[in-house]
Amino acid sequence: MRITQGTFSFLPDLTDDQITAQVQYCLDHGWAVNIEFTDDPHPRNTYWEMWGIPLFDVPDAAGVMLALAECRKAQGGTQYIRLSAFDSSYGWESLRLSFITDRPAEEPGFALERQERAGRQIAYTTRAYSAQKPEGERYRG
Amino acid sequence: MNAEPKIDAKARYAAGVMEYAKMGYWEPDYVPKDTDVIALFRITPQDGVDEVEAAAAVAGESSTATWTVVWTDRLTACELYRAKAYRVDPVPGTPGQFFAWIAYDLDLFEGGSIANLTASIIGNVFGFKALKALRLEDMRIPVAYLKTFQGPATGIVVERERLDKFGRPLLGATTKPKLGLSGRNYGRVVYEALKGGLDFVKDDENINSQPFMHWRDRFLYVMEAVNKAQAATGEVKGHYLNVTAGTMEEMYERAEFAKELGSCIIMIDLVIGYTAIQSMAKWARRNDMILHLHRAGNSTYSRQKNHGMNFRVICKWMRMAGVDHIHAGTVVGKLEGDPLMIAGFYDTLREGRTVQNLEHGLFFDQDWASLNKVMPVASGGIHAGQMHQLIHYLGEDVVLQFGGGTIGHPQGIQAGATANRVALEAMIQARNEGRDYLAEGPDILAAAARWCGPLRAAIDTWKDVTFDYASTDTADFVPTATPA
Repeated sequence: MRITQGTFSFLPDLTDDQITAQVQYCLDHGWAVNIEFTDDPHPRNTYWEMWGIPLFDVPDAAGVMLALAECRKAQGGTQYIRLSAFDSSYGWESLRLSFITDRPAEEPGFALERQERAGRQIAYTTRAYSAQKPEGERYRG
Repeated sequence: MNAEPKIDAKARYAAGVMEYAKMGYWEPDYVPKDTDVIALFRITPQDGVDEVEAAAAVAGESSTATWTVVWTDRLTACELYRAKAYRVDPVPGTPGQFFAWIAYDLDLFEGGSIANLTASIIGNVFGFKALKALRLEDMRIPVAYLKTFQGPATGIVVERERLDKFGRPLLGATTKPKLGLSGRNYGRVVYEALKGGLDFVKDDENINSQPFMHWRDRFLYVMEAVNKAQAATGEVKGHYLNVTAGTMEEMYERAEFAKELGSCIIMIDLVIGYTAIQSMAKWARRNDMILHLHRAGNSTYSRQKNHGMNFRVICKWMRMAGVDHIHAGTVVGKLEGDPLMIAGFYDTLREGRTVQNLEHGLFFDQDWASLNKVMPVASGGIHAGQMHQLIHYLGEDVVLQFGGGTIGHPQGIQAGATANRVALEAMIQARNEGRDYLAEGPDILAAAARWCGPLRAAIDTWKDVTFDYASTDTADFVPTATPA
């Protein structure tokens, strides 16, 4: 299955040119772009690993693409990689855009575990199949 | 400072009837204080009634006055408590109607109570015989008063953080048919729509607990659908569970059950009343719940221009009362909505500060004093083929609800949801790339439809659907038009 987190998950995977255009849009707005990766794509996994600190002072998208290339070299193929843009302006101070640029070769998805309780209630647990292996050993086949 | 008006107390308080303007409710030299509440009314005096006297009467009847002079005024600081009409202008191009500005001292109102504010401002005065009609057009709420309100339980920013959804409008749909589905069938619609790509599905305003589906049954099946769709997509999903009921006790019971089941959002209707809304907003803040408000009932008093109140005032009160979502118009859909008026509503809900903009119907500068932002919801007769217009008119922080436009898709509900999501993401991508997406919108959609069959089918089905009727609630200061 294809997880659909992020702004552009329903589009075909973005090309580098398309990613560059989105990064430039963020920089033009004065937002800092952050690169993150994970092998645990649970929908409530907020804190993916950071690839360095957010890129606050890059003059153009090429700088971000360079950092993305380095992250891909180290993590590509076995991890999800996403770019997020952080807007520090007063009254927002949060993300403005966040999209996946890279996915592991295979996305096994999630099991939904149900625990039956009183009164027909069910307690649900979403469990990533990949997360059954220890961190760092997922998506290696 | 404003000088105390010099009056002859003996003459002023002689028993009998006196014109409101002479009683102190008309003060053309008055300069409103920063802490005053200011209301702008559209008044239509009865034939023969002077507009200044009519404005003074509105000020009087919405504050301290009664129909005759009472000596007991002299036991109070009555000059302070009197509302003051201080400006009356003819409405441009509309003979017989006038705008009246009225200032109210902050001490007239209880902090943190919409009920108290409205009991004065839209209380008895709307039935006053000397007026043919009266409409509350706008209000300036002072920062000092705003700070006595909680404001939106969650707000746009934290809602996005909780949902992990950024950079695009959220997508929703209202389950259809709105009445009659059993709980089991209802959950099916929810699952299909969420799995297909929507972020939210929604109960309709009149889905509460009826013979065909009682509320607990709905909640249980819906949460099965939400959790299953979440696991199927790896994405946070939600369904607005409508907890509207006959009593507060029942609403709390339903809200608690929604929380117990792990829902991230609940819903209420405007018709439950201002106090009930404020109570639910406090509950939502305490329980980390997003609070959706359906504006059921508003058009009974907001649509006609001469009487009632403008929806922008409802937007202000609801931001104070503390809801996170409110239906605020689509521009292009089936329900009333002039583009400029709707821009004014959306700014009122989303901005930290709005400045006077008469074309948008905003009569005052309004500082929102750090109250959270409310997410507007666009719902009613919209479809994927209008995506470029929707983003152009409504922006990014909005929930676009395609009910019929999802569930009525010829290939099924999942396909309908996918069509909407693909259209949305393609349009946001194009916008961010700097393209003129409004002009190129149809081309952008056509390009996405070449690889996305569901979008192709949606465009083919609804390409000619527009709701091109004249709006009734329009700005008084510029000519306006509803776009096709």
